[in-house]
Amino acid sequence: MLHIKCPHCGLRSQNEFSYGGDGTIKRPELNKEISDQDWNNFVYNRKSPRGKHVELWQHISGCRQWIKVQRDTVTHEIFQTADVKQDIK
Amino acid sequence: MQKYSVFNLIKKAFNGHKGWEVAWKDPAPKAEYDVIIIGGGGHGLATAYYLAKEHNLNNIAIVEKGWIGGGNVGRNTTILRSNYMHDENGLFYEKGMDLWRSMSQDLNFNVMYSPRGIINLAHSDAQMNAYTRRGNSMRLNGIDAVLLGREEIKKLVPVLDFSENVRFPIFGGLMQPSGGTARHDAVAWGYARQADAMGVDIIQHCEVTGFDIVNGKIKGIQTSKGNIKTKKIGLCVAGSTSILAEMLNMNLPLETHLLQACVSEPIKPILDHVVTFGAGHFYCSQSDKGEMVMGGDLDGYNSYAQRGNLPTLQHVLTEGIAMLPFLSKLKMLRTWGGIMDMSMDGSPIIDKTHIEGLYLNCGWCYGGFKATPVSGWTFAHTIAQDRVHKLNAGFNLNRFNTGHLIDEKGLGTKTWIS
Repeated sequence: MLHIKCPHCGLRSQNEFSYGGDGTIKRPELNKEISDQDWNNFVYNRKSPRGKHVELWQHISGCRQWIKVQRDTVTHEIFQTADVKQDIK
Repeated sequence: MQKYSVFNLIKKAFNGHKGWEVAWKDPAPKAEYDVIIIGGGGHGLATAYYLAKEHNLNNIAIVEKGWIGGGNVGRNTTILRSNYMHDENGLFYEKGMDLWRSMSQDLNFNVMYSPRGIINLAHSDAQMNAYTRRGNSMRLNGIDAVLLGREEIKKLVPVLDFSENVRFPIFGGLMQPSGGTARHDAVAWGYARQADAMGVDIIQHCEVTGFDIVNGKIKGIQTSKGNIKTKKIGLCVAGSTSILAEMLNMNLPLETHLLQACVSEPIKPILDHVVTFGAGHFYCSQSDKGEMVMGGDLDGYNSYAQRGNLPTLQHVLTEGIAMLPFLSKLKMLRTWGGIMDMSMDGSPIIDKTHIEGLYLNCGWCYGGFKATPVSGWTFAHTIAQDRVHKLNAGFNLNRFNTGHLIDEKGLGTKTWIS
């Protein structure tokens, strides 16, 4: 069981959250010419690192906000959580 | 190579079973190979076997970080099937079913192939319609499919919950009678033994730490047992694909996720088929030892842990009890997990890459075991001939660029949600 510290609600069990995937992916900017490769990278290609991973979770059974979580994909240790608008380094 | 047979078994019994040869050797790596397969799992072993058998290559190595059969080939729920709707999948996996049928004879190793039939349950009229469509697509591709009504299912699998007052009543199901199971360890050992006999070096406990690439061409690999030269590399590392891709500066349409499986204590024979729950994700069969072998959803977030968390297991087994109420009386014997290379459309990738001499075999999601022989067979062709076989032409890497996805389940890019 993961325990995720929601920046708005505090420490909650994983059951309250829904996973949203890699949190470092940025959507290509609107109204600009975007190459197929850039779209491909945005939609499909992922680093999927073994180790520290910044990811999105939604506190679906709580405040319903999207948050960022930095977690180790081997040990599941959670290093940082933040509001989705904040950056995790 | 010593042949395994009942006569040899009796003969050896007279001298206390001394004199059995090792099934495969433990060689030190040579300086150079024609082909190196990275990953000594089912797919890697099968690839090496078919490279030697079908393409007459005899200077092949398999390098494996752990040991043979220690990864997903020893962690799956042993199910064989080809009940796919799309042509690319159906024809590919049906070739696999042909290879399964003759595998024990081919490998001179009893893989305990058991075509006991796989039944996908339907719990609504809409699902029956969808299964009718899938069944028809399968039959058009020469795959056996039978649509069953509620009463027919009741005759075949009376232990299912057929009571009236249930959330997901059984409307019927789609059965592939030739689907079934095989003993996964035997598959790994059988391929390893034959590959070894044909001169393949199986190098265990040898981790790949880097690649030698000059002018876009493969020249060799760096490993924990030294550098090895080669011109062709086949990547068969499933859940570890992204780790090696990072060394190669490749960004692949993959995420590594964790899938759990479990077995109950052994009981007397009660379930003759492989049965899957249609209102969620749960599947169950009974092993020859009598254990109920069960699995279902991914844990749902990127993971390389090779062990799972309890919330998913609880969720999956709740579905299991909804389908087979007697499961609630059983004790759990063992649970475990393996890491899956989840591709973004749910279908595999078997292809050449932009690096000359580097061949990719990945994206098996949680369905890699049944593909073991045909994955090896087509991948060996792709490596040896330097071009894809028509059976794996659809599983190219470029489909994500061109939009020719093979989205069997219609899940889009978040295949881990299911």
